[in-house]
Amino acid sequence: MRFRLVPIAAAVAAVLTVPTAFAQKKYDTGASDTEIRVGNTNPYSGPASAYGTIGKAIGAYFKMVNEQGGINGRKVTWVSYDDGYSPPKTVEMARKLVEQDQVLMLFQTLGTPCNTAIHKYMNMQKVPQSFVATGATKWNDARNFPWTIGWQPNYQTEGRIYAQYILKHKPNAKIGILYQNDDYGKDYVKGMVDGLGDKAKTMIIKEVSYEVSDPTVDSQIVQLQASGADVFFNVTTPKFAAQAIRKAYDIGWKPMHFLNNVSVSLATVLKPAGVEKSVGLISTAYLKDPTDKTWANDAAVKKWEAFMKKYYPEGSLEDPSNMYAYTVASTLHQVLKQAGDNLTRDNVMKQAANLKDFAVDTLIPGIKINTSSGDYAPIESVQLMKFNGTQWELFGDVMGK
Amino acid sequence: MTRRQIIVLALVLIAAAALPFFVTNYRTFQFTLVLVYAIALLGLNMLTGYNGQISLGHGAFYAIGAYCTAILMDKYGVPYWATLPVAGAICLLVGFLFGLPALRLEGLYLALATFALGVSLPQLLKYKHFEHWTGGVQGIVIPKPEAPFGLPLKPDQWLYFFTLAVTLVMFALAWNLLRGRVGRAMMAIRDNHIAAEAMGVNNAIYKSLTFGVSAMYTGIAGSLGAIAIQFVAPDSFNIFLSIVLLVGIVIGGLASISGAIYGALFIQFIPNIADEISKAAPWAIFGLFLIGFVYLMPMGIAGAIRMALARLMQKRQNT
Repeated sequence: MRFRLVPIAAAVAAVLTVPTAFAQKKYDTGASDTEIRVGNTNPYSGPASAYGTIGKAIGAYFKMVNEQGGINGRKVTWVSYDDGYSPPKTVEMARKLVEQDQVLMLFQTLGTPCNTAIHKYMNMQKVPQSFVATGATKWNDARNFPWTIGWQPNYQTEGRIYAQYILKHKPNAKIGILYQNDDYGKDYVKGMVDGLGDKAKTMIIKEVSYEVSDPTVDSQIVQLQASGADVFFNVTTPKFAAQAIRKAYDIGWKPMHFLNNVSVSLATVLKPAGVEKSVGLISTAYLKDPTDKTWANDAAVKKWEAFMKKYYPEGSLEDPSNMYAYTVASTLHQVLKQAGDNLTRDNVMKQAANLKDFAVDTLIPGIKINTSSGDYAPIESVQLMKFNGTQWELFGDVMGK
Repeated sequence: MTRRQIIVLALVLIAAAALPFFVTNYRTFQFTLVLVYAIALLGLNMLTGYNGQISLGHGAFYAIGAYCTAILMDKYGVPYWATLPVAGAICLLVGFLFGLPALRLEGLYLALATFALGVSLPQLLKYKHFEHWTGGVQGIVIPKPEAPFGLPLKPDQWLYFFTLAVTLVMFALAWNLLRGRVGRAMMAIRDNHIAAEAMGVNNAIYKSLTFGVSAMYTGIAGSLGAIAIQFVAPDSFNIFLSIVLLVGIVIGGLASISGAIYGALFIQFIPNIADEISKAAPWAIFGLFLIGFVYLMPMGIAGAIRMALARLMQKRQNT
């Protein structure tokens, strides 16, 4: 009988070891051996529908990933609903995604008010609200909202980078600021003030604001010129940015002009303002701009173009939003890859906060994504760029963390 | 009420009360929103359906109600249920005051005046001197009410029952108001205001009071909506909301109390269905639904049901 014990012992050993092998595979709702369900809300209709292309491009990205075998053998199911940029609708759709569609996580929900509306809900449900599509600083709050994480450089970071540049290149600057009177504008101003440190009080000589409902910012520009400022920090959304650039030029005010990244679009800002009036503007970038000739032969941009043509042919090759979508989707791809077979919501969040020097090739070379359990701000560096009359030109080193 | 009507009403009530125990929390939440819209539509229907005044700005009253609740809860720690009467009273007053100058405006001109109210309110909410209360563009986040007295209900279910109770009270009041002397006077003004005046109806008072009561209903709906959504922001109350409310009463049935419920179901669920049919053009699909409904049911859903019932009765009598 003794020889029979061997296979029994082997079987027992196998039974004992197998569960530990299985135990590594852990799932929450929305994940299984074959599938990872990711939810999203995007404005496919309404005033912000220009951003709707982001949701479609991300869907196309995961179609590509699935065709290539998925992530660790699992297909990603992309469930995206229209919220029309209306916060109540976002609440309804987020609840639908979490409670009915049973997604593992939300990803790239778009808009500051829309994300604010579901902020508390997502954190109470303990479902990841990952890499939200807004630049507000409040998403970097791991302690109070551990289930929500931002992605793009936030407004304060960008403001601080302009401050660093000013301190280095124009230490005696007299700064005039024009900002939109809301959280977005105030975030930028705070970044600038923090970046200047002790010198903020003496260097900033004039701050003026406008309301989104104002017809123009002409009088504000005149006030700034009259103050004697020789550096202009222009924190405005596209329509007002175009007005400010034109007015400053027309009244002969020629300060060193910093324009926030929100309004760097050639089509909606610089062309309406007049490209000849925009020469010399300084701003920041973190993504490779598909229309920038610097990247005409760049391998990553070529790869992106091939992706666009094959999986999202109706999308525009000139719209930076599609580049943005591709890059942010690559980030989620990395997070899910890192999560391996442990696809719990907890681990997804842990991995999102555990990106170390992760570089997507569509980011400007040198910009890396870093997060930790206390740092929920993935991209914190940008490169400065200057407008030369036809296009933006990158210059200097990558700045920030 | 006939006996048949009472039986139908009782059945509907039982179904409504049982509903949250058979569907998911998410669906319960959606039906809470249906009830909220039903109250708002009932308010607008009093004004437009019964009194013939067109409003393209009722979203503004909805927003005022929502903000009253949010500010009272957030700044002054008032319990959610106590904010409803305040929101209603404020909207009644605002609506009445807006109704006074609006008296001089007829038909399309009134529509334009109310449209102006609807488009301007979201921007006023962002105004910096109000920001201390309104929270500016960031809006206000409010907590979700829990079921009181240790009732074994989930917060979504409790909120549904709370909203259902308010809805019943509001509908009962409207039913009383519209079927009596006041309702007849309102309809007389709609049909021929000169004749109404000749009969001794005080046009001015009735029209502005109707405006006020209508605003009160919509404001209470906004207040309940804010509690359900747990968040208010100017972007939540754009002019589109006002248009959707108008769509709701026309689809549901003008000058019909039950029409408010059908309209609410339509504006809550049809956009979602449209979104599922086509991501590229959800509103085009919505438009098709709209045209289909208007074409097939020119009197609204309530009118179509009434006609179908009448035909059925006639058939039964003939055989």
